This record gives sequence, structure tokens and C-alpha cells, in this order.
Amino acid sequence: MVFDEADRIATIELEQDRDVVRARSRVADAMKECGSSELMQTRFVTAVSEVVRNALTHAGGGTLAIYAMPNKRQVGIECRDCGKGIEDIDAAMADGFTTRRGSMGRGLGGAKRLSKTFAIDSSPGKGTTVRMIGACSLR
Amino acid sequence: MPDKILETTLEVLKEDAEGILADWIEQADEDGAKRIDLFSEKEERDQAASLLRSFRLGVRDASKDGEFDLQDEHWADLRGILSEITHERVERGVLPGEMAALILALKTPLFERLTEKLESDPERLIEEVLLLSKAIDAFAIYSNEVFIAEREQVIERQRDEMMELSTPVVELWDKVLTLPLIGTLDSLRAQEVMESLLQAIVERQAEVVIVDITGVKTVDTQVAQHLLRTAAAVRLMGARCIISGISPKIAQTMVELGVDVGEVRTRSSLRSALMDALTSVGVAIRPINDDKRNAK
Ligand SMILES: Nc1ncnc2c1ncn2[C@@H]1O[C@H](COP(=O)(O)OP(=O)(O)O)[C@@H](O)[C@H]1O
Ligand SMILES: [Mg+2]
Repeated sequence: MVFDEADRIATIELEQDRDVVRARSRVADAMKECGSSELMQTRFVTAVSEVVRNALTHAGGGTLAIYAMPNKRQVGIECRDCGKGIEDIDAAMADGFTTRRGSMGRGLGGAKRLSKTFAIDSSPGKGTTVRMIGACSLR
Repeated sequence: MPDKILETTLEVLKEDAEGILADWIEQADEDGAKRIDLFSEKEERDQAASLLRSFRLGVRDASKDGEFDLQDEHWADLRGILSEITHERVERGVLPGEMAALILALKTPLFERLTEKLESDPERLIEEVLLLSKAIDAFAIYSNEVFIAEREQVIERQRDEMMELSTPVVELWDKVLTLPLIGTLDSLRAQEVMESLLQAIVERQAEVVIVDITGVKTVDTQVAQHLLRTAAAVRLMGARCIISGISPKIAQTMVELGVDVGEVRTRSSLRSALMDALTSVGVAIRPINDDKRNAK
């Protein structure tokens, strides 16, 4: 998944809790602009919230870029961090897997189910990049 | 060539700074960019004068490389002043368009003087006017960006202030409490919410607590976890917890996330949660009959 053809509409530095709120409301706005239903908004915004929180809690911060996709009925995001990376992506995607005591371990799997397209790239010691596309309507 | 790119502009700025300043302010006034209700004549003039001064310094240094990039070192002074003035103006309630109009009004006096000076060299005139126009536009755009950033800061500050308002725990009936959550439930606030709720349970000897999330827009796994933990703590205190206000779209999303609410009772609306809570403390709400109503 590449966003070469897409229009980058916002970039948000993720440094503190409050940036998660900003990220969510910016993505919600982008979806509203492409005529999204409230349900689709809630779904994708929640997915974004998961990966953005992961960048904060597991990687100490990162950057979120938001894209309007060329067909205009979809919104894309890229959440990139330079944290410790993920050793075993398949394991991390599985529901219930967490390296953080008391955490649910359902964020990545949930984000994948709540988005239309989901791709994750990670190398231990270098960082993690998650790209997702959310559809503005079912179809 | 690049070393004399804004030569004439610089000359004009040096020769007739006072005249340009006066014409600029007059032009701004005509363009509706002056706010006599917010700034005195003197303040308006002082601000314009310092902008003009650092603009001249920028033109002097920047004319060396012929490119207009407001991020360049030459414009550091101007950026500083611009941020300062913009800040001042946001505080007093100037509109972004008015700020841009003020800056764009500088074109008129400068172009007039350039036209006079370069009467015999139309090519140069066009060149300078073009460049100068670009520079002033960049300058207006920059001020707009500062303006927006300033506004965002104001909004964020207000948001923080709102977040700090303590979350109210409301007593609906003897032994029945409700906690209406609004906005976001980040870790910090979740902690505060839990503390004040548990405190209230003890103080009011509550038996049922309704945590209402009608006002919470997003429930991700972290928020869900905070809610479930709160519910578990309430149970440990010997009270029952009902989570109400879970909209259909949030319910669907929680299912996709695979969040299991387990033993926690949930209700779609505060209303049904209230009925439920009252029943469990042995109270019912029912319509009073007509006789009683008429008797009043
Ligand atoms: N950006 C990231 N950087 C490093 N590790 C990550 C990142 N995102 C996820 N992980 C790893 O994947 C695991 C599962 O993530 P997730 O499904 O969101 O569950 P949780 O955040 O509750 O642990 C995390 O516990 C962590 O070890
Ligand atoms: Mg997570």
C-alpha cells in the first residue's frame, strides 16, 4: 500500500496523550469531508486510535500522516515510529497478545478488522509503520 | 544579476520609510484592515513601523540570493516580529483576514514608488514587482499560519481547562449514583474518575452506580479497559455498576475489537439504566393518577 497518488492533508506529531485526541478528530474531519457515515467514522477512527496509541505506549511516540485517497471516498493514514519494533508480527497481530502487563492485546487485530486495508511493517530496533485505509461507506 | 534583485525596493525603503509607513497605514484603513476599536493609532503605527523595519532588513539580506524563502536566516527578525504582532492581535480578537489584508496593503505604496523610480526600465520594474509581490504574499501566508497556530493553542488551553473540571458524581436517588463521562478518557483522567467515584460510593453508601458514556465518542481498547476496571473496582466496593449510553456504532466497534464486557451490566440509554437501578434499590417511578393530580 502506497500513498504516492494520495493527497496528504495533515501531519500530526505524536508525543503525548492529547495528540491521540487530535489525531482522532483530524481523521474524523477528513472522513466527514468525504461524506462518511457515522458508523464508518467510528470504526476507522477507533482503528487509528489503536495504532496511534501503540506508537505512544510501545514506541515512545511517532508521526501520523493523514491522506485523502484519489477516489475521494477513502481516507488513508500512515503511523510511523522509530521505536523498538516488533519481533514477531504474526504473534503481535493475534488477539490477546501483549507485552504490556494488564493491556488487552486486541489493538492491532481490532485495527485490522476495523479498516478496509491494513499493512504493518516493522523491524526490531528500527521502528514500526502501520498503513491503513478506511472506507467512508460500506460497499 | 541576483545580487541586485530587489535593489530598487531596498532603495525606496531606505529613502522614504516614513512616507511608505504613512501610505501603508492609510491603505490598510481603506482595505478595512485597521481595527481602531482594538488598537490605538499609536499602537497601529508602532506595529507597522517595526514590521516595515524588519522587512527592510530582510530585503537587504535576502536580495543576495534572489530566492524568497521566509524560512531563511535573513527573515528571522521579521518572523519574530510577525509572530509577536500576530500573537497580540489574536489576543485582542483581530480576524485572520484582517491580518492578511494589513500585510497585503503594503504592496500599494511600494509598487507606486517602484513605478516612479523605474519608469524608464519597464523590464526591471516587472521583475521587481513580481518578486516583491511574491515576498509580501509569503509574508501574509506566514502570518496566517502563525495566526492559526495561535488559535489552536488557545483552543488547546481551553480544552485542558475543561478537562480539569472535576468529573461530577451525581446522586440520582438514595444509594444510586451516576457518573456522566464526556469527551475522552485518557489514562490520567481515568485515574481521577475512578478515585472520585470510589470516594463517592463510600460517602453516599451507594448500591448502584451508572457510568454513562453517551458523551464519549471513541471507545478503543484502552478506554474499554479503563471502563471495565472502573466497573470491577465498583464491584469490589460492594456496589453494582451499569454502563449506559453505548450507542449502536460503539457497540459494533467494540465487538470488532473483541472487547468482552463480561459480568458488567450494560444499557443503551441512561433512562433504562436508571429504571434498572431504581428497581434494584426497591423504588419505582410510575405515573400519578388523575385524582391526585386534580387535587393539587
Ligand atoms: N508501534 C509499536 N512498536 C513496538 N511494538 C508494538 C507497536 N505496536 C504494537 N506493538 C507490540 O504488539 C503488541 C500488541 O499490540 P496491541 O494489539 O495493540 O495490544 P496492546 O497495545 O494492548 O499490547 C504490543 O503489546 C507490543 O508488544
Ligand atoms: Mg495497543
